[in-house]
Amino acid sequence: MAIVKVLGLETEYGIIIRGAADPNPIAASSTLINAYVAELSRRVDWDFEDETPGRDARGFAREGAMPPEVETHLVNAVLTNGARYYVDHAHPEYSTPECANVYDVIRYDKAGELILAQSVQAASRSLPPGQSLVVLKNNSDGKGNSYGTHENYLMDRSIPFARIVSNVMPHFVSRQIYTGAGKVGCEAASTGGLQVDFQLTQRADFFEEEVGLETTLKRPIVNTRDEPHCDAHKYRRLHVIVGDANMSELANFLKVGTTALVLAMIEDDWFTRANREFTLQSPVSCLRKVSYDLRLERSLDLADGRRMTALEMQWEHLDLARKYAEDCGMDAVGGAEIGQDILRRWEETLAALESDPMSLANQLDWVAKYRVINGYRERHELSWQDPKLAAMDLQYHDVNPARSLYPRLGLETLLDPASVLTAVTEPPETTRAYFRGKCLQRWSSSIAAANWDSMVFDLGTDPLRRVPMMEPLRGTRAHVEELLSSVSSPAELLERLGS
Amino acid sequence: MAEREQIKKQAPARSDEAAVEEVPTTNKKGEELKAELDDLLDEIDEVLEENAEEFVRSYVQKGGE
Repeated sequence: MAIVKVLGLETEYGIIIRGAADPNPIAASSTLINAYVAELSRRVDWDFEDETPGRDARGFAREGAMPPEVETHLVNAVLTNGARYYVDHAHPEYSTPECANVYDVIRYDKAGELILAQSVQAASRSLPPGQSLVVLKNNSDGKGNSYGTHENYLMDRSIPFARIVSNVMPHFVSRQIYTGAGKVGCEAASTGGLQVDFQLTQRADFFEEEVGLETTLKRPIVNTRDEPHCDAHKYRRLHVIVGDANMSELANFLKVGTTALVLAMIEDDWFTRANREFTLQSPVSCLRKVSYDLRLERSLDLADGRRMTALEMQWEHLDLARKYAEDCGMDAVGGAEIGQDILRRWEETLAALESDPMSLANQLDWVAKYRVINGYRERHELSWQDPKLAAMDLQYHDVNPARSLYPRLGLETLLDPASVLTAVTEPPETTRAYFRGKCLQRWSSSIAAANWDSMVFDLGTDPLRRVPMMEPLRGTRAHVEELLSSVSSPAELLERLGS
Repeated sequence: MAEREQIKKQAPARSDEAAVEEVPTTNKKGEELKAELDDLLDEIDEVLEENAEEFVRSYVQKGGE
């Protein structure tokens, strides 16, 4: 049986200090994250003085982020919502906490946008006059440089990796028709003479291999990074680097929801059992072919000689998924209700793409972006090469709501905004992130380090005490809420845990 | 074309026609959509980057991941 798809999204944000003579993105990223962390502790210090005087006030802890992890010199914070917020290469990166269903993971991804927006606000106060900080949730600077959005899916280690690769590849190529965040222009070395003014995705131009370990050069459609951050004998974390960062909640929901479902099907060997396979002759060139095809009409060559469009391929996947759900249930994707939501929204989206892609201008990123940019272009009679259009493309992804185009385009939302706000500081309740977040809320000054699969406590006595968290679905609210509320200190917690 | 037809036949029956109808803007008239877009373009005009060329030129990132 397929295992529960524990999910996570990591996003590297684009960053620039405008007006700076020498804009150093690494320094800018550090400034951004430090400003957020500093603001959190300031706020709590104020609460402390105002409401809970006395250093030994029971349960007091600096709220917000913990000190940088010991093993890195770059800023690296773990937040009370269980997320990680750090500098990766020359970008600020936000990784959601582990989530047990697709609604949670898109909620925590959206909360990440708020965290970045708050960071921009906090960091801007210390900028010299004439400078401003711009942070974008996109994947390309339009000049051939890409930075990633990575999806993570927990999988059963016993499943042969070759089966995962061959079965998931066609989905990665064809899902672009609804996952794409849209992009003006093209950054591929060659398009074979094709004029590409606008394409479905940010990322397709940057993929050169089918399978591999790299993430920065010769990027592969299926990434083989094998770092499960949990019990490596039982689990694999499939690290998916081929997707776009989504502003649209529906696109993000479908990106993760359909992929989680397809991966559950692969674990149950559903493609073999149904005797259906869609091996592409040339997945890398198909990835671009789909991304360049705004009318969704170009056929892809399959290894067995058949041809089908990405849309037809998606209908086939949906058909298989529906039968899979009837036969095997939806426990792996969070239960029947969420599973049915995935199937329903998947079908509605494919039907609308089939009748008229532009009808999804209030649903999908690439359609919303295309509609407004093309509309502007027609109104002002601009060429596709006009920098105003490239600027609009970038501005769609700005995390600052005062500047961003995204909130002005009226895209449908799936999440309760209040629940997104809560997710900025509160961890999800149904994974080990709950334990991590709750410990940080109460005892951050006693926590020396927090990692995905462990917490290290410093009780002021040698040695440091490590609490392993090798099971992503242990340490949930149901498991530890009672324990946490019954102890009054980290020492007592560790004693009760037997660590 | 015959080949394409064959694939079409394999594609699943849409389970529920009503669900298809629900997609909000599908049935809107072209003029209505155009008016909506015009309003939208008016509205975003005031937030659009004034110095687009400089912004686009200066936005250079290092590759990530």
